[in-house]
Formats: sequence, C-alpha cells, structure tokens
Amino acid sequence: MFFLFIILEVFSILFVVKYNGYQKSVAFGQFDELSGSFHRTYNNFWEYFSLRKINHDLAEENARYRKMLPSAFLITDSLVHYKNDTLYRQHYQYMSAQVISNSTNTAANYIQLDKGRLQGLNKDMAVISPKGIVGTVVNVSNNFAWVMSILNKESRISVRIKKNAQIGTLAWEGGSYLYASLKDIPTHVSVIKGDTVFTSGYSHVFPKGEMVGTISEVSIKPGEHFYTIQLRLAVDFNSLGHVYVVKNLLREEQMKLQESNKNE
Amino acid sequence: MSNTYIRISIRFVLLILVQVLILSNVHFLGYLNPYVYLLFILTLPFETPKWVLLTTAFALGLSVDLFSNSLGIHAAASVFAAYFRPGVISLITSRKEYEPGVEPSIADLGFQWFITYTFIITFLHHFCLFLIEAFRFTGFFGTLGHSFVNALFTVLIIILAQYLFYRKKK
Repeated sequence: MFFLFIILEVFSILFVVKYNGYQKSVAFGQFDELSGSFHRTYNNFWEYFSLRKINHDLAEENARYRKMLPSAFLITDSLVHYKNDTLYRQHYQYMSAQVISNSTNTAANYIQLDKGRLQGLNKDMAVISPKGIVGTVVNVSNNFAWVMSILNKESRISVRIKKNAQIGTLAWEGGSYLYASLKDIPTHVSVIKGDTVFTSGYSHVFPKGEMVGTISEVSIKPGEHFYTIQLRLAVDFNSLGHVYVVKNLLREEQMKLQESNKNE
Repeated sequence: MSNTYIRISIRFVLLILVQVLILSNVHFLGYLNPYVYLLFILTLPFETPKWVLLTTAFALGLSVDLFSNSLGIHAAASVFAAYFRPGVISLITSRKEYEPGVEPSIADLGFQWFITYTFIITFLHHFCLFLIEAFRFTGFFGTLGHSFVNALFTVLIIILAQYLFYRKKK
C-alpha cells in the first residue's frame, strides 16, 4: 500500500510541477475550453446579481472620459484638432473582455477571460479594469485567455510614485488581496502615506499612467537601503467583472530595438 | 450493497460541485477557505480497502483541481490525508470492531470522537495543501499557522454539514 501511496503522490507532484510552474503557467490545452465554457455559464448566471454595481462603475467611467473629450474644453489652441493626425499616433489598443474565473486566495492567482486568440488576444498583453491594473496575459487558447494576476508571487511590474516620480517595483507577497508591496524605493527620497502610484510604462506591457493604488504604510527595516512600503490596491480583485485588454501596437518594435541593443 | 455504492458515488459528485461552485468562492476574512470535499474521504466506510481509499482520494482531489486551475495540488493533499486515515482511526479508537457498512459519523461514534478524527485528518490535508501551494520552506511557520486556522474553519463547516445531512439510522 505504501507503494501505491508513493506512486499517487509522485503523479500529483509531477502534475503540480508541470501545470502550476509559477513561471510557465502552462494552460490546460483541451481542458481549457471545457472548463472555460463551464465557468462562463456559471458566471453568466451570477452576473445578473451584480449588474447594478457594474452599471454604476461604467457610468462613473463614462463621466471620467466625458471630461477628457475635446468638447469639454474651451479651445484655445488649434493643436487639439490634430489629435488623430500625425502628431498622435495610436500606441495602445483596448479590447473589452469578461472575467469568467478568478482567485484571490492562493499564492499564485490567475484570472480566466472569455476572449482568446481568435478575438485578437496574445501573450504579454496588459489587463486593466476601470479602476486600475489587473495583470498580464500569460497564455491564450482559441477562445479563452489566462491572466497572471498582480496577486501572484511571480508578478513584477514597474511603477512610479506620482508625487516624486520615483520608479519602483510592484510585487505581492501573499496574504490579503487588498494589499501589495512596493519595492526598490531608496530611503533618501521622501515617501508619504497616501501618495498615488501609477504604472511607469517601462515594461512595454502596461501603458504609462494606469492607476495601481495608494501607499498605505511606509517603514524602513534596520540596515536596509530601501523602504518597505505597503500599497492599498485600487482594484477590488474579489469583484472583478469587465476588464480591458491592452495591446501595445509598438511592442514588437520596442522589443526588437532592445534585443539588438543586447546583441552588440 | 449496491445501494451503498450509488449513495457514495452521488456524494462524490455532489461534494465536488458544492466545493467548486460555492465553497471555493468563499474567502472568509480574505484567505480562509473551507475544503469540505474532504468529508468524502472522512466518511468512507470503515472496511474500505486501503487501495480504494487512496485511488478515490486521488480522483477526488484531481476533480477539484481541474476546476480550480491547480492541477495536482488537491490530489496530492487528498492522497496524503487518505493514507493516514487508517492510522488515525486506530490511534484514537480503543475497540476495534464495527458493524460492516458503518461510516464514520457523529451519529454512530459520538461528537468527541468525530471532531478529533476530523481535525487530525483535515490538518494533515491542509498542511500538505498549503506546503505544496507555497512550494518552498521559507515561511514554514506561516504555512503551519495558516493550515491550523483554516483547518478549524473547515472542521466547523464539516460538523455543521454532519448535523444538517446525516441522520442516525434506526
């Protein structure tokens, strides 16, 4: 009996390593489609109950965009008319998608979306919600996509503190899904509780200036040259519904340049 | 006899559905999650052969895994818990004979026996589960504490389920 026990455990561990590798996050292949449609049905059902809140969020977002419309401003300079012309080349493209499965309570959280390769999604696209950043697409099948949530111990995202323009790294060390930590901010700059943190745009994945969260706790551990900063995330991961997938239209060019730079 | 098989199979499917559809979405206080599908392993009849115990536990864990994008983690923890079940039973029981077909339950064996039994198995399962999930030994005591607290939560739900769904057979 001990042998059977060992064999089953070895099988399980092999599965764990093969399919849950933090970095690899291999999708489930065939099973992906089945589990996807299963979760979609389940989700469609529950979504009715949160329609009121989603409507509210959308209205809020609409209001924010209306503020940015040219018609909301007094035109004092003719430059604004060139908006879609040579001066402003489109850099990011937004596609809307729906979350069909999501977790916040494991060490490596992933989100599944109801759009995939056929709808134009690809690896390394950013995922944001109306309130802030959500994660990065790590795997796509024909009709579904897996997103590594920022609530994942392997997730690293380059961010910037709004007030002093310092660049740091967003990471998550487990525990509550409401908080993440901000690393690599040197102790000689001043950091204040309540400061806003945005994406830096350095990663070629997230657009610059997407909301991440606000600083909720700052401390320095003895002997360290960097702050220990806790961040209150802007997004409530437990109630994710609609998200946008962001495609960086110039990513290929940026990566190519970076590669050729490395080779020299 | 075939009646027992059917009942156990229905319980298998039912517990998986309840687990993946409802309980896996419960995040009490942010990170406590009841894994009540363990009730299936706990309530298999006493005379179940060991190999059946292990393979059903494997199938159970794997089914839960498939729906939670964690292939292997629950399977490993379930097999681990099932392997220790006979040992735990003989450890906390003085008399050895049971009527054939008896399943471990509060109604048949008493509250104290059942809660001790459930807690030990649940803790073993959770500890294995969280250790594999973290996949490293740093933060070992954090994992231990998390297992302990989460086990208390799971046991609470299992005890409630026992009082709700199991009746003493007369």
